[in-house]
Amino acid sequence: MTILVCAEHGDNELKPSTLNTLAAAQKIGGEIHLLVAGHNIDAIATAGAKIQGVSQVIKADHESLAHQLPEPLGALVADVGQAYEHILVSSSTIGKNFLPRVAALLDVGMMSDVMQVIDTKTYVRPIYAGNALATVESLDTKHLMTIRATGFDPVAAEGGSAEIKELSVNAQDFGSSFVKEDLAESDRPELTAAKVVISGGRGMQNGENFALLEGIADKLGAAIGASRAAVDAGFVPNDYQVGQTGKIVAPDLYIAVGISGAIQHLAGMKDSKVIVAINKDEEAPIFQIADYGLVADLFEALPQLEAAL
Amino acid sequence: MKILVAVKRVIDYNVKPRIKSDHSDVDLTNVKMAMNPFCEIAVEEAVRLKEQGVATEIVVVTIGPKASQEQLRTALALGVDRAIHIQTDEQVQPLDVAKLLKGVATEESPQLIILGKQSIDGDNNQTGQMLAALMGVAQGTFASEVVVKDNKVAVTREIDGGLQTVELTLPAVVTTDLRLNEPRYASLPNIMKAKKKSLEVKQPADYGVTIKAHVKTLKVDPPAERSGGIKVDSVATLVDKLKTEAKVI
Repeated sequence: MTILVCAEHGDNELKPSTLNTLAAAQKIGGEIHLLVAGHNIDAIATAGAKIQGVSQVIKADHESLAHQLPEPLGALVADVGQAYEHILVSSSTIGKNFLPRVAALLDVGMMSDVMQVIDTKTYVRPIYAGNALATVESLDTKHLMTIRATGFDPVAAEGGSAEIKELSVNAQDFGSSFVKEDLAESDRPELTAAKVVISGGRGMQNGENFALLEGIADKLGAAIGASRAAVDAGFVPNDYQVGQTGKIVAPDLYIAVGISGAIQHLAGMKDSKVIVAINKDEEAPIFQIADYGLVADLFEALPQLEAAL
Repeated sequence: MKILVAVKRVIDYNVKPRIKSDHSDVDLTNVKMAMNPFCEIAVEEAVRLKEQGVATEIVVVTIGPKASQEQLRTALALGVDRAIHIQTDEQVQPLDVAKLLKGVATEESPQLIILGKQSIDGDNNQTGQMLAALMGVAQGTFASEVVVKDNKVAVTREIDGGLQTVELTLPAVVTTDLRLNEPRYASLPNIMKAKKKSLEVKQPADYGVTIKAHVKTLKVDPPAERSGGIKVDSVATLVDKLKTEAKVI
């Protein structure tokens, strides 16, 4: 039994979540092949070949795959995937975008956001925004899934020496073309990948006050998030939102500032390893799940915290 | 241009799901149900495109039990022209939903199909992509902006770390993200008018689809409960605990 893992990459480098997805593949068990699909990806394929546990790297280099658009990528993976029983990819916005296309082309179902492997066909995945965990059995002959990185400790990036097999790709018109990308210009990590997240809620009172979080975020190397209430009030843009309808995060440390703790928000951050809550209302529900709660006025506590770090 | 919008009846997003005592599923008995929030955004976008003169007709479709007609009536009250209800009491998984929607699209020939990016019950985030693949058309998922021009649509997408814009040849499938728009509420006169709009009831068999499970739910458990920790009395104590006890900074 051989497992196909699709490498997550961008900006000319392999994304660390690939290592978590490979860890999930190792839990399933069997030989592991890593597909690196894109354009000008020599460095990524070379990095892939060094990862522990990868026995073969399949390199598909073609300009039509340059932006990893789901139409050509889906067609490629459906084609390559015919030879495999398991196809895994990180549950990033790239993986979520193309893997369902692969499933449809292969006429099989798919499991999203797998966070635990029970056996070769049985997995655990969150439903209802993580308010429930479903143990599911894949009934098809092929098992396709996106892997939630936070559920698996990464495999070692060094120590392997896989062969690299080149695959020829034919250009096809799928009716889609890349126009542009506007990536947030920030030295801060992405919300979903950050080891530390500090989020503000309605208690921040306005957008300018989010500057109070920035100094702390800089010191901790943290990403900045927000509750839906803060987004709805227009303090910060929507892509800051952590919660059921926003981003799901599970950092080592989550600091909730001026956030009461609505179900909506908790669903997006309650898998964080350590949760700190700073709120002046000692009855706020966020304290029921916080490891460390500080009942304080955030306008006094935040400058103190920044100074203490 | 005709737009097809698909909607789903789900638990209201303000309700905390309860798990059945036999752990077979989430208990939806006597639970407030509503249109999936991402589907509301899909309906709103279609209605705005019609108001802008881009779309001439909007058809809404849902798949589910008889009660799902409530959500179709809501969509009709929001400005959709007519509705199709594919009635079934079975749990329909994304691949079969996509096959049914493809059947509807074959009959209706819409230029644009708009769906929510995911439903807040199953959280699969698969149906739109599967539909696009089955139809052999392009997709713009997690959309935060949709601009139709000539026979193309430019879709700005929410991706990890920022935004991406793609241009798709019509017909195409778009799935909505939160920032796309803010859905309106239905006015009372429009709710009354919606009752007179056409609502056609169909069966999965009408589209040649036999509902089949691809993924079987063995059990549903609550996530590990987080017990509250301790309260600290000062920022200094907090920093100390994070350093020495939790060891996260």
